[in-house]
Amino acid sequence: MSINVIPQITRERILELAGKGRRIDGRFLYQYRPIRIERGLIKKADGSAQVSIGSTKVLVGVKIETGEPFPDTPDQGVLMVNAELVPLASPVFEPGPPNEDALELARVVDRGLRESKCLRFEDLCINPGRKVFVVFVDIYVLDYDGNLFDASALASIAALMDTKMKPHRIEAGEVLWLEGEPSPLNLQHYPVSITIAKAGGALFVDPSLEEEQSVDALLTITMDEQNRLCAIQKGPGSFTSEEVFKSVQIAKEVSNYLRESLK
Amino acid sequence: MGYRRIDGRAPDELRPIKMALGVLDKADGSAYVEQGGTKVLVAVYGPREVHPRHLASPEGSIIRCRYHMAPFSTQERKNPAPSRREIELSKVIRQALTPAMFLELYPRTTIDIFAEVLQADGGTRCACVTACSLALADAGIPLKGLVASCAAGKYQDQIMLDLNDVEDKGCQADLPVAWLSTTGEITLLQLNGLLTEDEFREALSLALKGCRQIYEIQRETLMNYYMAPAKELVSEVGQEGSK
Amino acid sequence: MATQQEERKLVFPGDLIAEGDYFAGENTFKRENRIYATRIGLASKDGRRIFVIALRGTYEPKVGDTVIGKVIDIGFTNWTLDILSPYIAILNASDVFRRGFDPHRDSLSDVFGIGDIVLAEVAQFDRTRDPLLTVRGPGLGKLTKGRLERITPAKIPRLIGKKGSMITLLKNETGCQITIGKNGYVHILGKSREAEELVSLAIRKIEAEAHIPGLTNRMTEFLRARMKGSEDKER
Repeated sequence: MSINVIPQITRERILELAGKGRRIDGRFLYQYRPIRIERGLIKKADGSAQVSIGSTKVLVGVKIETGEPFPDTPDQGVLMVNAELVPLASPVFEPGPPNEDALELARVVDRGLRESKCLRFEDLCINPGRKVFVVFVDIYVLDYDGNLFDASALASIAALMDTKMKPHRIEAGEVLWLEGEPSPLNLQHYPVSITIAKAGGALFVDPSLEEEQSVDALLTITMDEQNRLCAIQKGPGSFTSEEVFKSVQIAKEVSNYLRESLK
Repeated sequence: MGYRRIDGRAPDELRPIKMALGVLDKADGSAYVEQGGTKVLVAVYGPREVHPRHLASPEGSIIRCRYHMAPFSTQERKNPAPSRREIELSKVIRQALTPAMFLELYPRTTIDIFAEVLQADGGTRCACVTACSLALADAGIPLKGLVASCAAGKYQDQIMLDLNDVEDKGCQADLPVAWLSTTGEITLLQLNGLLTEDEFREALSLALKGCRQIYEIQRETLMNYYMAPAKELVSEVGQEGSK
Repeated sequence: MATQQEERKLVFPGDLIAEGDYFAGENTFKRENRIYATRIGLASKDGRRIFVIALRGTYEPKVGDTVIGKVIDIGFTNWTLDILSPYIAILNASDVFRRGFDPHRDSLSDVFGIGDIVLAEVAQFDRTRDPLLTVRGPGLGKLTKGRLERITPAKIPRLIGKKGSMITLLKNETGCQITIGKNGYVHILGKSREAEELVSLAIRKIEAEAHIPGLTNRMTEFLRARMKGSEDKER
């Protein structure tokens, strides 16, 4: 924790600027850092994408295997999202099992993907109650400069868009793999997540690490392409209901821009 | 009459709620909350020394919070090892309470909050936040106000307040909210499910309405607890007199 | 004239106490023009200052306070004591061995062992260091006999009463010596176990009812009824 102490004058500057509608790195309040998406970097994965938002860098790999369905949804495929805060990404990340931050990150991305119904889970059933396709989304944080939620959500949906399945047929509850070219997963929706920070009475998007550590509160909103809300997670701090509603408006405006970057 | 729910409630109606204070002897503060079939018990210890010491902060208290479900709290036995969900909710509950606290008052100490779900029937995290806030007050930890918590959700296309287990499991969306009494600020906000913007507005307003009602019950609980003379001692004295 | 105690209102965290040109004293905070309580307690006013006498909470050490501590550890040069506060207290060997502490000659555990109860004074304390105790002073040192009771530190003023009225009442009615540590430990030494037990019970009654008006009268009645009861039994 102590390694990541933000200089007091930087903190004060961030709050002061936000009050005037400005950012310490010169951005507008509702402006993301430059976004870059690269797909298909990992050939061993069924799908992959690396997203950078500014210096924050997240790599997501998708693997599809077969496994058992959840007891309450026997005829649906399974989505498993896992996040690793890899020690190479930050002096404050330590090796070991996922801590609460990593678990929260995975679960918030999971909720966005699951609730948006971007995957057709019914199509991923092989033998009801016995065997289904399991889609593993593994989030690998490579460089941590704030706003992991948005980078991870964007990388996850980008990786799913990149995911291809080998041609197969389902016969008598078993998968028969066929020859031929793999085909992409059928995605129905494109959820993206927008993190909003509150500081100096202002709201702004995509906080960098030093902003994240200086602001009063954080809120992450995940939206699909029809502007439906599919997941929300308040981080530290508190918001008035007006601020929450305003955040939803901001998310609506900004989400199109994020979705553009996926094309 | 409008829409009636499976347990007969109106869409904007809370389940029956019971609260109790100072229910544990050893804890510095404790509270118990029952909301419908959901039963939670919370203990607060501290401010006290931090172990291990390197976690301590010279700038103020640290808050440690554990949300945990008893193995017998659910239909099927729950593995007592903390699940991913419980670890996330521990963090979310901590962040729901922190905005109400003055951490700088006790440097180098910890305030430990233990929330145990004894019976899960929907809305456990909210019941825990409500109970944690009471237990912190009972421990004498300075607070900006009480934090009251309640969820709204969408079940069978209807926006409703305080989902029970059946509604929770079958819901299209679940929106747990916590509210700080003095500032009216939202200190917990999660959404799990699909809502249009209008539905979201409706659900959030409904949840906040529920929080206000829960706050009234919290205050009433405090008032009753502190205005009642010590029961045990009085009955002893009473017995003496009746002899 | 209304007594000050009757004006005191029971408040809870977040309760609005006053609005207007006031300033926030202990256990309150100001937001916009309003003063709110931060702890469960009795709201009071001193001129323009609003404060709350807390009914719950741990002891916050202050230099000069007389406290009663429990020895929980013995180091090479000091003892550590639990004083029912967020911070563990330190008692240095040099404070006890007055002619200079010599680790070769002096054994700390011969003086105070683990579990011993010590009456001491807070000599030093600030935000950066744990409280330092001293036993140099009249009456300070190990408490060997008697009975130990606990009370919420915030309620000690009620245990003492106005100009010592409550504690005098307790002492006179029971004949016990009562030593109050500001941290919430109370040491009771009486002629009989029963007398000590009665003080103990009385303290628990004060603990539970400190904020309910009419405490002194109720305590007088309680003590007299109890003393009479025990006299009857003896006959």
